[in-house]
Amino acid sequence: MTMTARSGRRGKDIRSDCWVQITLVENGGRSIALSSKVDVLYGRSIRALVDDVLAFFSIDHAAVEVEDAGALPYTIAARVEAAVRRLHPEETREYLLPAIPGTTAHSARDRFRRSRLYLPGNDPKLAINAGIHQPDGVILDLEDSVAPDSKDDARILVRNTLRAVDFQGAERMVRINQLPLGYEDLRAVVPQSPQLLLIPKCETARQVQEVDAAIGDILRERNLKTEIYLMPIIESALGALNALEIATASTAVVALAIGLEDYTADIGAERTLEGRESQWMRGAVVNAARAAGIQPIDTVFSDVGDMDGLRASAKEARSLGFDGKGCIHPRQIPVVHDAFAPDEQELARAKKIVLAFEDAERRGLGVVALGSKMIDPPVVKRAQRTITIALKAGLLAAEWREEDAHA
Amino acid sequence: MPDTLVRNAAGRDVVTRINGNEAVPYLGVGAFQPTGRKASPPIARCADYPSDGNKQVPDLKTALVNAGLRDGMTVSTHHHFRDGDLVANRIFDIAAELGIKDLRWLPSAAFPCHAPMIRHLESGVIHHIEGSMNGPLGDFASSGRMRGMGVLRSHGGRYQAIQDGEVHIDIAVIAAPTADPFGNANGVNGPSACGGLGFALADSQYADRVIVVTDNLVPFPCVPWQIQGNHVDFVVVTDKVGEPSKIVSGTTNITRSPDRLFIAELTARFVQAAGLLRDGFSFQAGAGGTSLAFAIYLKEMMIRQGIRARFVRGGSTKYLVEMLNEGLTEYILDGQTFDLDGVRSMRDNPRHVHTNPFVSYNYHGKGNVASMIDICVLGATEVDLGFNANVVSHSDGRLLHGIGGWQNCLFSKCTILPIPSFRDRIPVIVDEVMTLCGPGELIDVIVTERGIAINPLRQDLIDATRNSSLPIKSIHQLKAEIEAICGGRPDRPDFTDNVIAAVKWVDGTVIDVVRQLA
Repeated sequence: MTMTARSGRRGKDIRSDCWVQITLVENGGRSIALSSKVDVLYGRSIRALVDDVLAFFSIDHAAVEVEDAGALPYTIAARVEAAVRRLHPEETREYLLPAIPGTTAHSARDRFRRSRLYLPGNDPKLAINAGIHQPDGVILDLEDSVAPDSKDDARILVRNTLRAVDFQGAERMVRINQLPLGYEDLRAVVPQSPQLLLIPKCETARQVQEVDAAIGDILRERNLKTEIYLMPIIESALGALNALEIATASTAVVALAIGLEDYTADIGAERTLEGRESQWMRGAVVNAARAAGIQPIDTVFSDVGDMDGLRASAKEARSLGFDGKGCIHPRQIPVVHDAFAPDEQELARAKKIVLAFEDAERRGLGVVALGSKMIDPPVVKRAQRTITIALKAGLLAAEWREEDAHA
Repeated sequence: MPDTLVRNAAGRDVVTRINGNEAVPYLGVGAFQPTGRKASPPIARCADYPSDGNKQVPDLKTALVNAGLRDGMTVSTHHHFRDGDLVANRIFDIAAELGIKDLRWLPSAAFPCHAPMIRHLESGVIHHIEGSMNGPLGDFASSGRMRGMGVLRSHGGRYQAIQDGEVHIDIAVIAAPTADPFGNANGVNGPSACGGLGFALADSQYADRVIVVTDNLVPFPCVPWQIQGNHVDFVVVTDKVGEPSKIVSGTTNITRSPDRLFIAELTARFVQAAGLLRDGFSFQAGAGGTSLAFAIYLKEMMIRQGIRARFVRGGSTKYLVEMLNEGLTEYILDGQTFDLDGVRSMRDNPRHVHTNPFVSYNYHGKGNVASMIDICVLGATEVDLGFNANVVSHSDGRLLHGIGGWQNCLFSKCTILPIPSFRDRIPVIVDEVMTLCGPGELIDVIVTERGIAINPLRQDLIDATRNSSLPIKSIHQLKAEIEAICGGRPDRPDFTDNVIAAVKWVDGTVIDVVRQLA
């Protein structure tokens, strides 16, 4: 009896990935045929790793072929494990390389989510350096960017990515598939403490609660204490109408995002650049999110070559009340951050208000005044927020108060 | 038997004889003192040349025969057409036809289009190559199949070697887009226009015999005469000398990789933070997507701050030409034209100046442009903890690139290498470079996507950027980060004792050798 399974990717344009084929044989032990562009440098280490994964899964006799295009160890391990699981679907053990430090760090409910960079879950190449571009969040995507027959392969790769890749402070997010397929995603990724999960095509509070419950079950089962936030994505007419119940479905929900491709199709409209067809929906989601005290996040801008269009779109999103925007290319990140940053006038006013507020506090005054004008608490709050954003965006030095005093 | 090796000043064991001639081991930057006088070609007289100035012969074969081509000679060619050269292969095909053996080929650079030379190396027509070897030729040499020892020189080092008499050229063949029957030639006119012909200058001055091959013969005078007909013996007209569209290679487009763009932007930010960006400054941006992207970011900064450069050096591209036309630089000093916008600009704009390796790079001259440049941005395949860098060999030990002007450019006031910290899984920052091409004391800054390392010798740059928001790290720290990602320290390739090529420093001394792969 022979059984063969394959995993991974190969081809002329594939980089940082590998393709694995395992054929179970009756006897003869494990043999590994490797072709790799880094054979001279890491051939020994690749063979040892592949052999170790097979031994871990108690595969004693197999002929293995590996075509490697510079994959990092966590990718090689993921691909071998995925092939093993295709041979043994009942397998529940996980081959885990040591995790890098910091992968269990907690996020914060109200942290910045101006930019979130989508990374196709089955392509390791883009994830490795995603952090250097300093997005507020990275999304390892298991949903639309992964072909149906690669879902299992991608799931293991994403799991390993969460353990191995330093995203340099970006919030570590995963977009799972819709339930019930999403349950398998959750089982793979939840134990690796992603900081936030995106729930696609969310239409009801119940869908959020099902995900939330499943996360709770997995964490309890593994005896893990970690808080995983949720960001449902509203992509349909029904979802838009239910935005408030979705936003308040669980305390884990920290943001509502929108997806306009599916939404416009759902309402029978054509998606246009000016976006009048989605005006109501965007307003509704902003309203629902604000009413629930969470962040409304805009959709992606899909023309990666059009930076002016992106800038205009992000500025529009900000003017509508959104706190962030999805990115599909690293070069979009600085443009989005820039668009969500306050302009000079706004910043100057915010500085005055914050200084006046701090002065009033020091002097024990109950009211804040700027000249003869009283400043309401929400205005102070917005000004503080503007200052925080400006600090984060590097528009303001940490010691701006002193500089301001000298000016 | 391997040659006797001696340890040079960089700690590398190098040969003392190359193809039968003595070679001086590297002594350190500026340490070698040349003596004697420059090489001199034989004295010619007008009586031996047609007084009407017409040196045309029917074809290349006649020219080579008339030039006295015979066994063991050195024949030189040039890479102005880069991968579009149509002349070099023809020379050696003719030599094969004539039954000639053991030639030394001295190209200013070889390209994949020269893969057919392998046939001539195997059959014995060519004994060995002295010039860059990459692609198929690099693999051929790396496997130890080339009979003689390869010699890798920089563009400036090639000029120096010819000038100093280290290499004697018997016959130089210069492919020229336009020439007159007297032999005056240029690269800016004609259907095959490729820009400058600077790499052929030394050959025209010092070779015994000089052949100009053109596909666009004009009546005397051919102006500008980048090559002077007074040096030329024979002129040949042929169908086509080169494919100008192929001078645009993959290395002359701006990178689209977000990571490389990030590195380029970080480099520009470093230049700004270090205070190097000031009115009247100069910079060199070579080919290579990251260098070009750096120039674009620099340009944006210059516009924002109202800064103009006095001159820009480099292989010219449309991006530099735009800067010239927009008044952001007063001059382009052009050593090599990388695209057709560059060709047009050199032809039409007197501020786009044609230069050559003597002006720009020759170390055995009374100064050169390279050391006057404020900022120079270069590539590398490997950099080590001592900031030493390698540009010729791949991490698996194969010959990969020529040196080009790289070594010569290290003398700029601030030399920056913007490089990815690893390529696929291959670490770029290593304990010790496999082949030493540039000594670390001349390399000031390494910019990677994971941080910037400043050479400890450049305290001024360290001080200037201390309070910046730039991610400045030690090179040790960078290396540790990269090794953690790549899965530990890589193995090294196995080599035999057989030396297949010598790497020359700018002064003709041997800085390192390349061995045969086991």
